[in-house]
Amino acid sequence: MTAAVSPGGASAGPMLQVRDLHVRIATRRGTVRAVDGVSFEVPRGEALGLVGESGSGKSMTLRSILGVLPPEASVTAGQIVLDGQDLVPLGQNELNRIRGPKMSMIFQEPMSALNPVMRVGAQIAEGPMLHQGLSRGKAAERALDLMRRVGIPHPERRMRSYPHEFSGGMRQRVMIAIALSCEPEVILCDEPTTALDVTIQDQILRLLARLCRESGVSLIFVTHDLPVVAQICQQVAVMYGGRLAECGPVRDVLHDPRHPYTLGLVRSAPDFDNVRESLVPIPGAPPSLITPPDGCRFHPRCKFAEEDCQVIEPPMRPLPGGRATACLHYERTIESLEAERAGQSLTAAEDAS
Amino acid sequence: MSITGAAGEQFAPTGGALVEMAPRPADRGVQARRATWYKQPALMAGLIIMGIVVIAAIAAPLITFYNPIAQNLTDALQGPSAAHWLGTDQFGRDTWTRLIYGARLDLRIAFIAVLFPFVLGTVLGSIAGYFGGWADTVIMRVVDVVVAFPFYVLLIALVFVLGQGARSIYIAITLVGWVSYARLVRAEILVAKRQEYVLAAQSAGLSNTRIMGRHLLPNVISQSIIYGMSDIVQDILAIVTLGYLGLGIPPPAAEWGSMINGGQNFLTTHWELTTIPGIAVILVGLGLSLIGDGLADILRPGE
Repeated sequence: MTAAVSPGGASAGPMLQVRDLHVRIATRRGTVRAVDGVSFEVPRGEALGLVGESGSGKSMTLRSILGVLPPEASVTAGQIVLDGQDLVPLGQNELNRIRGPKMSMIFQEPMSALNPVMRVGAQIAEGPMLHQGLSRGKAAERALDLMRRVGIPHPERRMRSYPHEFSGGMRQRVMIAIALSCEPEVILCDEPTTALDVTIQDQILRLLARLCRESGVSLIFVTHDLPVVAQICQQVAVMYGGRLAECGPVRDVLHDPRHPYTLGLVRSAPDFDNVRESLVPIPGAPPSLITPPDGCRFHPRCKFAEEDCQVIEPPMRPLPGGRATACLHYERTIESLEAERAGQSLTAAEDAS
Repeated sequence: MSITGAAGEQFAPTGGALVEMAPRPADRGVQARRATWYKQPALMAGLIIMGIVVIAAIAAPLITFYNPIAQNLTDALQGPSAAHWLGTDQFGRDTWTRLIYGARLDLRIAFIAVLFPFVLGTVLGSIAGYFGGWADTVIMRVVDVVVAFPFYVLLIALVFVLGQGARSIYIAITLVGWVSYARLVRAEILVAKRQEYVLAAQSAGLSNTRIMGRHLLPNVISQSIIYGMSDIVQDILAIVTLGYLGLGIPPPAAEWGSMINGGQNFLTTHWELTTIPGIAVILVGLGLSLIGDGLADILRPGE
């Protein structure tokens, strides 16, 4: 953990900044505007949760940061600034010097993201050998050390095992070891705990949080699981239909949403502090990103929508407390929350009496 | 046998105490098959047949004391006897001697000949599959052109142009044979490159060459190895055919194809001159096919 902590790096600004990112995917049925003007930043040593439904553009955002978009997709506008350097214009060879040593990725399905015919020790040691020029022996020592850090028992023996000999949780630990192997400054996580059962999920999250604290790594954590975001992230950005709906500090955003979509997300997720009788789903389906609705993309599903929502594309409006929302009528969300809380305290009082 | 060796090693630690890390049952099936490879009857039969043939070929000077080329016209066209186990041909050369020296020549050429198309086809096939685009178009159009010719027509034409001898056979078989490997490997790479571990390797900043060589090829090469086993059979048949047509190894070298050809004139009186090398070809073909089948069972990933 010597090289990883570099507070006075190239610049003192945020570790990673995404500015007005646009990603288009060419398909037979038309051009999909998968990411449409998304901006956010990840402060050094902090974790940003990127939340949204399937198809909201979170994974595409992540893949454009890494420069591993599928061949039919491309970044058409915007900047991705990592530690002061814009990654968008870089070619594959230049990116290959950044991927690994400066940023790395943890995938959702550890089984398919590990090479089935390569021993895990070799897979962990590959990055350090390639990027840091370590000898085979030194890289193996590094792999051993990493396996110990991520809590794989008997690392000396397990190094020589193949991925299929590991359980799901252990495989994800191997993935984390690989992601950490070149001491990156940003780790991108694509739903790393979705494929795991809940007890293992908690272990992995704690491990990730601890490792990031120890080595000062920044995290982008893509998930649709709000409790996970609350557990691990300081900042959260909510995506809907390829755009940002809302962003800000995790506690504020999840407890006091300023966007009806965030409110819907919070209502449709089980809340452990305050168990309701039933979950409230968001009506309707996510919009088509080939022909997105005019105006606010959420307006066809929004219960607070008004006429202007159908015409005006809402800009991100900064709010006090380092927050921002892309809702024209965010006061209505606040009103609705307040009304609901009043009702709850009323029933709670009735229950008590 | 490095494959089976590695399989043995990876099987061993799974018996360990870590219950949480125990492999899933499906994996155990593959592993069990690998660990008990010697219990497969097809593979064992093939290995025994080929073992005997290869040992006889290597130890040819120790097994027989006759010269496979030297003529001895006083002993011409004899039937089997204690002196000549399988009789002699029209030049008085011992058939048994020529048979095992023929195995030496034919097997050596076949085993070498299979390597060149294997390597060339695998490299070109993975480039076509991995990069796609114009590289894929160019390589696969060339493949289409080669495939459009019947195997033997192209082979015979090439050897005819290049002249007799082992070198011509290597070149001709390489030029004709690589296409099967290229198609096979390309198809496998097309599937494999969509796997997440390739994306993971790209995300880790590995170069394309490294991803192809270190991550993709080891995952797809087993199909090529299995095909290579049956390709050797085809190569042996091709070499024998070329020898039979007088285009292969020039006489007087002992070679199965030219032995079959030479015995043809005496088919009514001495059928064994043609039949015995024919049986040898069949035996070797059978042995190699059985090994190929057995390997396919072992190398094929879980069903």
